[in-house]
Amino acid sequence: MRKILLESLTRGALTETAPTPDDAALADLANAVNRAAKRRLGRSLAIREVDAGSCNGCELEIHALNNAFYDLERFGLHFVASPRHADVLMVTGPVSKNMREGLLRTYHATPDPKWVVAVGDCAVTGGLFANSYACDGALDTIVPVALRIPGCPPTPLALLRGLLALLEPSAA
Amino acid sequence: MTILATLLGSPLLGSPLPAHAPWPRAEITAATWEAATTHLAAGDLTLLSLWGEPERVHMALSEPAAATIAILTLPCPTGRFPSVGRLHPPAIRLERTIQDLFGLTADDADDSRHWLDHGAWGRGTPLATPPTRAPAHDYAFLPVHGDNLHEIPVGPVHAGIIEPGHFRFTADGETVVRLEQRLGYTHKGTEGLMQGAPLAHAARLAGRVSGDATVAYASAFARAAETALGITPPPRATWLRALMAELERIANHIGDFGAICNDASFAIMLAHTGILRERVLRTAMLCFGHRLMMDRVIPGGLAVDISPDGPAAIRALIAEFRPRLEQLATLYDNTASLLDRTVTTGIVKQDDVRRFGAGGHVGRASGRDFDSRRWPGYAPYDTLRFDIPTLPEGDVNARVWIRIKEIRASLSMLEQILDALPPGPIATPLPTPTAPTEALAFAESFRGEILVWLSLNPDTSVARCHLRDPSWFQWPLLEVAIDGNIVADFPLCNKSFNCSYSGHDL
Repeated sequence: MRKILLESLTRGALTETAPTPDDAALADLANAVNRAAKRRLGRSLAIREVDAGSCNGCELEIHALNNAFYDLERFGLHFVASPRHADVLMVTGPVSKNMREGLLRTYHATPDPKWVVAVGDCAVTGGLFANSYACDGALDTIVPVALRIPGCPPTPLALLRGLLALLEPSAA
Repeated sequence: MTILATLLGSPLLGSPLPAHAPWPRAEITAATWEAATTHLAAGDLTLLSLWGEPERVHMALSEPAAATIAILTLPCPTGRFPSVGRLHPPAIRLERTIQDLFGLTADDADDSRHWLDHGAWGRGTPLATPPTRAPAHDYAFLPVHGDNLHEIPVGPVHAGIIEPGHFRFTADGETVVRLEQRLGYTHKGTEGLMQGAPLAHAARLAGRVSGDATVAYASAFARAAETALGITPPPRATWLRALMAELERIANHIGDFGAICNDASFAIMLAHTGILRERVLRTAMLCFGHRLMMDRVIPGGLAVDISPDGPAAIRALIAEFRPRLEQLATLYDNTASLLDRTVTTGIVKQDDVRRFGAGGHVGRASGRDFDSRRWPGYAPYDTLRFDIPTLPEGDVNARVWIRIKEIRASLSMLEQILDALPPGPIATPLPTPTAPTEALAFAESFRGEILVWLSLNPDTSVARCHLRDPSWFQWPLLEVAIDGNIVADFPLCNKSFNCSYSGHDL
């Protein structure tokens, strides 16, 4: 244990430099984010992740945001355990009908001001599951969406770019 | 004569159907169906899967003693079939699924509550036309009686970044006296979307049944399609599939190893395994152009070859990975406070894994020596040298060690594959069959064997596809494993299983 800790101290950081915020994501946000609300929150956003029927591919890449390479918390972004502590809902999946109520309850339990981020092709458009009897498809047909991060699944870098747009002052 | 041969030979409605490969499928009578159920209950046969179509039900069986596999099909003109779950509990959830999707009734079933149907689809029995059953309207959890018991409902939205599912705990103080799961929240209607879909589209759907096992799912589906069409992919494709499958296995096992330790508040392990996992995914990106290697395996072979600098990158990965893994394994083994949480926690009994035919690390950590790479086996694993580790204890600690040992085996397999990677094309063109064809195939994902049964139309579109995740036979064992443990140990037990919600819910 001691050896590993010492080694970690001397090995140098793995964390990579921050990517620039995504232009498309910024345009997406321009209409949605209220500058005053953001000033109140500062550069610190609490994120609650909701799986609305994903294949778990998106979850794997969202998890990766917490590893040493991407280190999401350095930007003031962190995942919280309850929607009541959250400013941002990151939603994955084609909104399976069996999860619609869970999603809506989570949305309503999140205090205002709040932003919903659609993560992955399924949440953005319904993806391959758009026409299923068991799915509602695109997330914005169920709740208002502030930011879309497409990809199947989006890479951690794409997620980071999108999320940084939430913090970028020029967005509002 | 083996039991399966006897069942196949006994009063048939027809002889084994010629279009089914590579194992026989035969239409049988209800009496033979019941005889098979009795053998399942006696433990002579293992249930591989149980699934429906609008007017018939199928069960895939293996006979371990004779190393044979067969599929029995029972026509259900009256919409009913004799319950298998009544005598053989592993079939219960599969039967409830058949009832929900196809509206076929399991006669004399002890539990006929809805399972995947939560009453949200706007109709009942979505895969039966017309609907034969009303949609679900309420759900009754099993009653628990006793003094001083309290219930803890958890989910479907959980505290962590995980998939949705509901867990209903009944606890006596800190001790769990019953866990009842309710799943189905991520049901996406995948099997319905596959019906009539062109083969290439269906293969993409198969790769999204459970994202963490996308290579294994795509491989199982491709193998089923190739077997049905009577073709063999080029050797290079087969070897590269194994290369991807082992990368996927390593990425998942190392990630879970850290996550299990993290659930015991030992965060440093997750920090280090997170780095190793990221290195694997970056290597996969460099080799195949996708971090999870989605849509790389297609019927007939592969969509892309490995990039020219891929083999060197994988060798560099192995060189870094191996010593770090051993360092972390030593750290795990030397940390008494961590072992205190994992040793003797969440024990799964050997009898239970055998009865449920549970595969993957759940089965192997409870002494079940089964791996579909070895048996029924498929190329190129028949020419690779690898150990299938098993342990007798069945606790969280044993499941951790099985994962560590499997990573070691996979690292060795990566080297063997790179050493022997044959040159040549990466895909074979698909022929057009003249008649409908069917096949059954397996692929070993990191969590166990995936079964795919595929029936193709003459134009190679999908007539019907059934995908059975290993989680079907592991989720019920989690309910048993937590018995008598404290509530706080549930995350540890759950993570050590890491069952797929999406793979189960379909």
